[in-house]
Amino acid sequence: MSDEHGNGVPVNLSPGGRPLEQRAPHGAPEQRVQVDLSAPQFQVAAKNPKRAERTTLVLFLLALVGFAGFGAAYTQNAGDFWLGISMALGMLMFGLGVASWGMFLMPRGPFEEPRAPMQTTPDEKRLFLGDFESRGKVAIERRGFLAKAMGAAAAVLGIVAAFPLIRSLGPLPKKSLYTTKWRKGSYVTDINNRRMKVSDLDVGSFVTVFPQDDVGGAISQTVLLHPQTTDIVTMKGRETWAPQGFIAFSKVCTHAGCPVGLYEQATEQLLCPCHQSLFDIYAGAEPVFGPAPRPLPQLPLYIDSRGYIRAQAGYDEPVGPGFWERGGTT
Amino acid sequence: MIDRLFNWMDDRLAISRGGRHLLNKIFPDHWSFMLGEIALYSFIVLLLTGIFLTLYFVPSEATTIYHGSYRPLDGAHVSEAFASTVNLSFAVRGGLLVRQMHHWAANIFVGSIVVHMLRVFFTGAFRRPREVNWIIGANLLILAIFNGFLGYSLPDDLVSGTGIRIAFSILESVPIVGSYLAFFLFGGLYPGNGAIIPRFFIIHVLILPLIILGLLGAHLGLLVRHKHTQFKQPGAREDNVVGTPLWPTFMTKTLGFFFLTTGVTALLGALVQINPIWQYGQYYPWKVSYAVQPDWYMGWLDGALRVMPSWEIHFPGHMIPNAFFPGVLLPGVTFTVIMLWPFLEAKLTGENVREHHLLDRPRDRPVRTATGAAVFAFYFVLFGASSTDVLANYLSITLNTVLWSFRIAAIVVPIVVWPIAYKICKELQGTPNAGKRKVHNIVVRDADGGYRTIPAEEYPGYVGAELEPLDVEKIEVLTAAGKVVEPGVYEIPRDYR
Repeated sequence: MSDEHGNGVPVNLSPGGRPLEQRAPHGAPEQRVQVDLSAPQFQVAAKNPKRAERTTLVLFLLALVGFAGFGAAYTQNAGDFWLGISMALGMLMFGLGVASWGMFLMPRGPFEEPRAPMQTTPDEKRLFLGDFESRGKVAIERRGFLAKAMGAAAAVLGIVAAFPLIRSLGPLPKKSLYTTKWRKGSYVTDINNRRMKVSDLDVGSFVTVFPQDDVGGAISQTVLLHPQTTDIVTMKGRETWAPQGFIAFSKVCTHAGCPVGLYEQATEQLLCPCHQSLFDIYAGAEPVFGPAPRPLPQLPLYIDSRGYIRAQAGYDEPVGPGFWERGGTT
Repeated sequence: MIDRLFNWMDDRLAISRGGRHLLNKIFPDHWSFMLGEIALYSFIVLLLTGIFLTLYFVPSEATTIYHGSYRPLDGAHVSEAFASTVNLSFAVRGGLLVRQMHHWAANIFVGSIVVHMLRVFFTGAFRRPREVNWIIGANLLILAIFNGFLGYSLPDDLVSGTGIRIAFSILESVPIVGSYLAFFLFGGLYPGNGAIIPRFFIIHVLILPLIILGLLGAHLGLLVRHKHTQFKQPGAREDNVVGTPLWPTFMTKTLGFFFLTTGVTALLGALVQINPIWQYGQYYPWKVSYAVQPDWYMGWLDGALRVMPSWEIHFPGHMIPNAFFPGVLLPGVTFTVIMLWPFLEAKLTGENVREHHLLDRPRDRPVRTATGAAVFAFYFVLFGASSTDVLANYLSITLNTVLWSFRIAAIVVPIVVWPIAYKICKELQGTPNAGKRKVHNIVVRDADGGYRTIPAEEYPGYVGAELEPLDVEKIEVLTAAGKVVEPGVYEIPRDYR
């Protein structure tokens, strides 16, 4: 680089053509402040250093006892209580010891350091942006088509990363949120694979049931109740759904999906223990309290000639909490 | 030997160039500056205890039959995750202690982040130039909450399993993409095909901790670049930092504090039982327990799910489910407002023009303080609402009463808190020495029998604040004889205590 300033000193030029700011060499001698060790700032913080020393020493000895105790407890397999107590003793005493050394036996200060504002000077900004823009212009603007090609390649990488990679994390929901394993004729089966008969459920009792091919299924889980011995009609159009007082609702709460696990016989209500939504059985599990926004879907039942309780059909609406695609019906 | 090692390293790494500034870095003294340290150190405890747990935990939903030392569960069909958690609690030496320390450290981690954040908020430490670090901190809180929830879910016990089910429902409630999000995270329709625990495991032990570590590095890096804020006190100005240097005073204090944090965690792990999953039992989707409560930091969300009225938005072909409002919208709005607060406040007060390195006392900013207190009160009410069932049971009143009390309190309490906090600030402003350490007065009887009072000697650590601060970068230590001390070779004078 030629010497444009004519003073014999080579000048560092940035591509923008401006000289780089001259910086003071690091660690240059500055104004020094001469302080005697007897200055009050250098005195230890403790009023009585001897006492602080003794206290700190005792703390370290207690820490030693704690850590040794931990070793002993570990080798003797003394149990989690003694392991924890000895470790806690060691750690706490060690911590107090180190902290008291720092707090009481070191120069009390105060000391200070200067703070430059974070705000950069106009010169700093100009030089930085000058370098960035001038080099960038040469590199990119002259060959804009390369930048476009690079961008196109990167965009494809981005799409590829988003689509097949994220897409393969799980199956698409499709219709799985709308259906359960309940079909026309499904046997009402308990968790022990027993197909429920009318004789299996006393009046006032409650059991969790599944279709026979999905015992234990999280989505198919259903509550079977027997509040009375005569047919229950919860609403118009459900005249045959609860024969002889056997009535079934989806056990998946319409609020946040918890199992609606409590049956209050006195009020004939179902309670979800997670967020306390209450559902009125005789009103078709209409929510009467709490955050649940929709009734629990009712499973239409029939009793076959041998006395088995079976489903007339699957649920006529999606079970469980809402989702975007579910549609506007309540 | 150490000299030679240092020289070798220094010749290659130039430690002494820049390193001196680090040794001299000044840390202001105030108890509230330790809150962030608690968060940092409980995170280290989490890493250490977490590594121990990964040695024994089996992240699998495969069914196995439990035959361990905990007799009541003998022969139970449980998942590998559940069985290995019970085993590491009972069969591994110190396993229960480490597991409980890990769980306690997680609760302390999130708690200290929240309290640290409140400190930064109420003292105005988030203002220019620290807005970016405030945003990083808010993200650290979000990640800490998420990772806490994931870790809590790993043992596959009845209580946490119910929480996972609720998480699926909340994810599912997001408009447009919700069901896809839920299916992709869980590997299918709930309860997935055995993918939940392995996926939660790797997110919990690797992915989120790495992101947290990265952000933590940035958080601390910015702290060094900005230097600390400080309270207004004699000698403290906008263009300096007054306190104790990193080496050796702050170093020892903070090292001690790390061991104290660990010690308290160990004490809690030894004495206070947490999450006894063997009492809850294995999770099955159709089972549920009474009084299902998440860890405390999820409480506000659980409470919000409970107090939310049973509204949904329905329109032709689509819907926005109930769980969306308390489960997605509320935290979304909460953290957006938190992150935007520095800019909102700057806009409202017109104070974004200059940098702030001196902290506000909360009383000097009554509007900010009252607003913060009212908002915090709102979340505190939600937190309380997560125990509606327990409260109803304990107080023998109906759930209906408890729920409506919380619904009303969520609106009324913040409205009441705002003017009270504002008034307290105004009162404190008018009381010159409120909150200052009091100095005792000693009554002295003099020779003629008269009485007078003299102030007692001040507390040792407090005296320092009255002295002129020494600039660490410029100090040249002199011996007692007034000779300049050569670095590294001076002898400590005999009379130096």
